[in-house]
Amino acid sequence: MTAALPFLVLMTSLVPALATFWLPENQAATRNGLNLGGAILKLVLVAYMLYAVGQGAVFETRLELAPGLFLLLRIDALALLFVTLSAFLWLLTTIYAIAYFGNGPNLSRFFGFFSLCVAATTGIAFSGTLITFFLFYELLTLSTWPLVVHKQNEKSFAAGGSYLGFALPASAALLVAIIWLESVTGPIEFAAPRELSGLDAFDLRLILALFVLGLGVKAAIVPLHGWLPAAMAAPAPVSALLHAVAVVKAGAFGIVRIIYDVFGIDLVSQLGMAQPLAILASITILYGSLRALQQDDIKRRLAFSTVSQVSYIVLGAALAGPIAAIGGLAHLVHQGLMKITLFFCAGIFAERAGIEKIHHLDGVGARMPWTAFCFSLGAMGMIGIPPMAGFVSKLYLGVGALETGAGWVVFVLAGSSLLNAAYFLPLLYRMWFLPAREDLETQPPSERPLGLIVPAVVTATAALGVGLLAGAPISPLGWATLIIERDYLP
Amino acid sequence: MPSSLALTAIIGAPLLGFFMTIVWSRAAAVVASLTSMVVLVAAVFLAVSVSAHGAVLTSLGGWDAPLGIELAADGLSVMFMIVSGAIVLVVGAYAQHEFVHPGTETRSGFAFWPLMLVLLAALNGIFVSRDFFNLYVCFELLTLSAVAMVTLNGKTESITAALRYLLFALLGSILYLLGAVLLYAQFGSLDMGVIGQSVSSSGAEILAAGLMTAGLALKTALFPFHGWLPPAHSGAPPPASAMLSSLVPKASYFITIRLWFDVMPELAGNPLTLALGGLGGAAILYGSLQAIVQTRLKMVVAYSTVAQLGYLFIVFPLAGGDSAAQPWSAGAWTGGMLHALSHALAKSAMFLCAGLFIISARTDDLEALRGIAQTMPMTAFAFTLAAISLLGLPPSGGFIAKYLMLTSAFASGGWIWAFLILAGGLLAALYLYRPVRIMLSLPKQPGQPFKPISRWWQVAPLVLALGAVFLGIGSNEPYALLQIGRPVAAETGL
Repeated sequence: MTAALPFLVLMTSLVPALATFWLPENQAATRNGLNLGGAILKLVLVAYMLYAVGQGAVFETRLELAPGLFLLLRIDALALLFVTLSAFLWLLTTIYAIAYFGNGPNLSRFFGFFSLCVAATTGIAFSGTLITFFLFYELLTLSTWPLVVHKQNEKSFAAGGSYLGFALPASAALLVAIIWLESVTGPIEFAAPRELSGLDAFDLRLILALFVLGLGVKAAIVPLHGWLPAAMAAPAPVSALLHAVAVVKAGAFGIVRIIYDVFGIDLVSQLGMAQPLAILASITILYGSLRALQQDDIKRRLAFSTVSQVSYIVLGAALAGPIAAIGGLAHLVHQGLMKITLFFCAGIFAERAGIEKIHHLDGVGARMPWTAFCFSLGAMGMIGIPPMAGFVSKLYLGVGALETGAGWVVFVLAGSSLLNAAYFLPLLYRMWFLPAREDLETQPPSERPLGLIVPAVVTATAALGVGLLAGAPISPLGWATLIIERDYLP
Repeated sequence: MPSSLALTAIIGAPLLGFFMTIVWSRAAAVVASLTSMVVLVAAVFLAVSVSAHGAVLTSLGGWDAPLGIELAADGLSVMFMIVSGAIVLVVGAYAQHEFVHPGTETRSGFAFWPLMLVLLAALNGIFVSRDFFNLYVCFELLTLSAVAMVTLNGKTESITAALRYLLFALLGSILYLLGAVLLYAQFGSLDMGVIGQSVSSSGAEILAAGLMTAGLALKTALFPFHGWLPPAHSGAPPPASAMLSSLVPKASYFITIRLWFDVMPELAGNPLTLALGGLGGAAILYGSLQAIVQTRLKMVVAYSTVAQLGYLFIVFPLAGGDSAAQPWSAGAWTGGMLHALSHALAKSAMFLCAGLFIISARTDDLEALRGIAQTMPMTAFAFTLAAISLLGLPPSGGFIAKYLMLTSAFASGGWIWAFLILAGGLLAALYLYRPVRIMLSLPKQPGQPFKPISRWWQVAPLVLALGAVFLGIGSNEPYALLQIGRPVAAETGL
């Protein structure tokens, strides 16, 4: 049982994905049952694994692809952090998507690729070797593309083209980095890091740079972020999943794995690569916020906000101190909860009230109170107002930066918080304090069906809860502390 | 001795089938399908036997070489036989619809089946021959049936393309035969074993091997001798194109591999391996760039063959010559063979997809296929799967192949080969993205300009594309099988 567990968890997403492709379009009940059933089963398994891994267990499934080439699925505490987030949000996003699309066309295709995308994310989290990571990373690229172009219009194909245009060269860079490194050291398993200090320092720097290049596209590190705002052409549930769990997090998670499990944070510092990476992340944080400020379209503003926020995770890893690392890892979950709330709400605004631009939001608080309230919670979390989740991340990152002597990072965090406030507070002000617009009165906005608003309420509550209860051992912060203290501190 | 029976059957059955399809042309399609099933079963049986007991050998009529004809199957032979048997079987099932349909041309319907079986017999003959003269006979037979297949639809441009193909192929045969004559003068035998034991690296041997290689390269359409391939492969009827593009060039490549890796590995010096690798690299770049600018689907797919064949020749600098003794050589060689096999599956799938699109849209003009995925989602899916394998993206046979070749390239410090392999993948993304995007776009005007196609018919390309994908997921068995009978054992793996 325990040896097959990672495989089983993967199958909870993969089987519904493969089965859904073959379902006729009109069998909505079977389709929804399959996907929701898979998601619920996965949550149950995740709950069990959280308990077991908390007790110190490790689960492994190992398959041989070619001699010496292993597909290794391994569940450790770090993998579980990511999988818990993705399993939880998969269930909610599936509920949301069912309500969002109603009886739209091509839904079997959509839900098939949607679940495939989640399966790929799960595989990325469970990857125990570099090559396994690469396999699932590419599966993610391929399964996301049909979701981005789901509407099949010129705009979405342009977005899909831009996505592949960034992602495929990046995967070539990633493959080169992996093969180059492994051609010297042999296959690399995350659980048993190789001694790399014998390699030429220049080569190692180049390999690390290639890794960052390959993973930075999905993590949307400036200047590799261009595809992300364009990908807003996708339907709202896709944007929600892309920005909170699947794609950007896969990149950030990969960078964390590379820094901690392949190179080791000490080697990264010795090579003099930690500080440049921290600076790159800081530039991304500030640049993303500045660009978000300029956007008039709600979804685009959120997209640039993602560019900014995901780099907190990279920053946490690059700062090379335990407290900053805990802050970065906790932010992986925190940002997911907050950002998916914002995208759920943006989708409801667009779908149910035709609100896409910022000035359309005037007075919407009175007419769509639930949506506006959830949106406000998510936005306040992003700004980092205590006791929201974002505050906890930023606090740890700041303290961690001071601990490692990188005091300048505090200014980056403060500056970013000010910018976050500058681009989110006007929205809140418009929603709650400005009178409603006359031209929107003709169509009474609605927050129904429940499938749209309930997921948003749940994630908004969760975003508040993980901040309030950050001290609990099972909170994202508590789990991140466990990861760092148990697995990565000597 | 069942394995000697199986060895005889893989050539004998299609030859017998050939006569039956001519005599009994009304049941030709059924006979051809049954025959290719027999061949596939025999090939699988041989694979089991080879993996259990090592390479198998039999002498026809009990006469040993050099007097009689010896047939031998090692891991490499059986892998190629299984894949080509499977492709011919699926293509045959597909062609039942294309040629046995009422209202299609009768001449092509009559000629296709015997030609298909001769092609299969010739291919299998090449995979199990151990004698350069028997190889010559087999690949002449292969060339003639392939050229005849190009002319099947009887259009002027197809016949011109076939003539050009024939000229190139004959030139190739002459060069090969010259080389073989020189070898015979030197050794008094054309048996691979006899020659392999007494290679002395003399000038005459080098000249002979060089001439044979040049002839084989012509037939494999290695850049810059590729000119005949795109018009011939795009002019033939789709089921014929599927076999021509996926299997026929692999046969002459197979002989080249036998020549340089089994018979005279000592002779493969750096000048030769670098030259072949360099031409392969040029083929990748040139073929891909040509594929990008084509406006017809079949031409895109045909130029993609030119590019993909280039990868096969990068095996020479990575695994031959000075590299042969290195630990990475086995990986590169196996990667090359897996590439040949997964390309065969993916490319035949693509041509069958193109065939279905042509039947549905009556053209393979790319712009006219806009939105065809709505009518034929399964075919569009099969095309995309095949494209993923050609791009070398996981999980597919193409990925494992490129991974193995890249690993050797890095291990040997062959940066230029690594660059070419990666560049080829990215260029393939460029030329395959366009057709996929066009298929998936919404049609310009509403309504159904496409003829619906039965679901069962659409299964054929999907099966082949899935085969290419599964070669990547389950590559452990093929990898092990390919090593059996190799002169240099590759037990270290990666």
